Amino acid sequence: MAIARFWRETPRRYNLGGSRCLVCQSVYFPPRTVCPTCSTHRQSIGKMEPLQLSGDGEVVSYTVVHEAAIGFEMQVPYVLALVRTTEGPLLTGQVVNVVPDEMRVGLKVRATFRKLREEGPAGVIHYGYKFAPREEAEAGPRAGREAEPAPAHSPDVSRARA
Amino acid sequence: MRDVAILGTGMTKFGELWDRSFREIGIEAGFQALVDGKLSSHDLGALYLGNMASGAFLEQEHIAPLILDYAGLAGHHLPAIRVEAGGASGALALHEGYLAVASGAYDFVVVGGAEKMTDVSDTEASRIVDATADTEWELVFGATLPSLWAMVARKHMHEYGTLREDLAALPAHDHLMASKNPLAHFRNKVSVDQVVNSGMVADPLGLLDCSPLSDGAAAVLLGPMESARKYTDTPIRIAASQIACDTMALHHRRDLTTLDSTVFAAKRAFSQARRKPADIQVAEIDDAYSIAGLVALEDLGFVAKGEAGAAMRDGRFFGKGTTMINASGGLKAQGRPFGAVGVAQVVELVRQLRGEAKDRQVSGAQVGLAHNVGGTGATSAVTILERAN
Repeated sequence: MAIARFWRETPRRYNLGGSRCLVCQSVYFPPRTVCPTCSTHRQSIGKMEPLQLSGDGEVVSYTVVHEAAIGFEMQVPYVLALVRTTEGPLLTGQVVNVVPDEMRVGLKVRATFRKLREEGPAGVIHYGYKFAPREEAEAGPRAGREAEPAPAHSPDVSRARA
Repeated sequence: MRDVAILGTGMTKFGELWDRSFREIGIEAGFQALVDGKLSSHDLGALYLGNMASGAFLEQEHIAPLILDYAGLAGHHLPAIRVEAGGASGALALHEGYLAVASGAYDFVVVGGAEKMTDVSDTEASRIVDATADTEWELVFGATLPSLWAMVARKHMHEYGTLREDLAALPAHDHLMASKNPLAHFRNKVSVDQVVNSGMVADPLGLLDCSPLSDGAAAVLLGPMESARKYTDTPIRIAASQIACDTMALHHRRDLTTLDSTVFAAKRAFSQARRKPADIQVAEIDDAYSIAGLVALEDLGFVAKGEAGAAMRDGRFFGKGTTMINASGGLKAQGRPFGAVGVAQVVELVRQLRGEAKDRQVSGAQVGLAHNVGGTGATSAVTILERAN
């Protein structure tokens, strides 16, 4: 993946920057320029304001992945989940700091800033959000609101754990 | 809009076709359809070709004129049009061909679907097909197509009490039917236990819940119903062809265990055909993953939401009820050459409705339905066919 293609999404992937429609108050992640909920879509154009998610949420469904996507082979078995955030949007992301057998629907989680994958030994390292059980997450670096602003060009590698 | 008939069918063997090229399989299926429909290629108006990812699989784009050329038709200067919609590419090509004939723009068109998936490694092929989900907001976080469907399965089990064995019943049925289909990728039978105990891909889905990566091509010849009997004794009428779309990512859906794209395509198709689910004797449903087949039965209206598990348990769609599903072996066992699937489903229905399906013939089949999905349901297509008596 080209560096620019990942880099341009850092405000979303590092800090959970979404958007809210000022017309109907619906919240979206990733941000949208047109509100799908408003009955007259065009009304919402120019009225979608940035809104950062808190990163808090609850597991709606999950799976334990054994056949990994390319770049994730070293992480198997990993837990992938659909997380309903307190602000409303549903997000796809990994859940870490949890034994797969202890995963359950309804588990309360919080977004945490992690390494996602590397593009081979000399390639770009991708960072972004994963989720951790809420009490576990409190000890680690936080993605989303209240997070320290992450440097867009040179993420602090020492803070990132896969 | 005028009525459209299917006049001929063609299909290659599905599987790992190491010795056969994309061009060869595309031409084989297309010519079979022309010969079956007794149409001179001089009378052909256009070619529509469903294909998902020839560029990624073969480093070859612009494949519609390529197939036309190697079919010897470059000199006719026909329009050749490629259609892409992930795993639903074939059904969308059929839809375009149907509209072209129905509108009167062309009289006769060949609709083909072809995919050559085994010229790259399995991991590379998986990466290519995963891209039918949302790359930026699903795959980047480690999602794969089977893992997304696994989360649909978990939710379905959590919400409706669907059992692991209910999921496994469908691949077992598919393999049984494919054992009677000489063109199928897999012709071995598998038991429910074997599916349940197959190597884990994404919990709860095992390897035998997932359809394979296949090579293969299929084609149909379409023409106006009013002149169909000049070409075949058993024209099959396209009673409905409908497409519907939904959000790209699974996490943006209204309901995680419903494909609204299928719900809407089915509603429109049943309305267009003036039919209801109980009128269908043969259905080819998209069971790229076992759970997808269960959800499809609900979304198409064959059973109520949440009841597909029970239907699997009592074998209602495996020959005991009014509707038989996946007589071909389905995506799981007939095979899944992505862009060919939607056309191959229709080929199977035509053979069933003509009474030419031999060992796997569903007796008295008059009305058939095909259901084809792209990604995790961003696109669905529903086609209804009827034997014109």
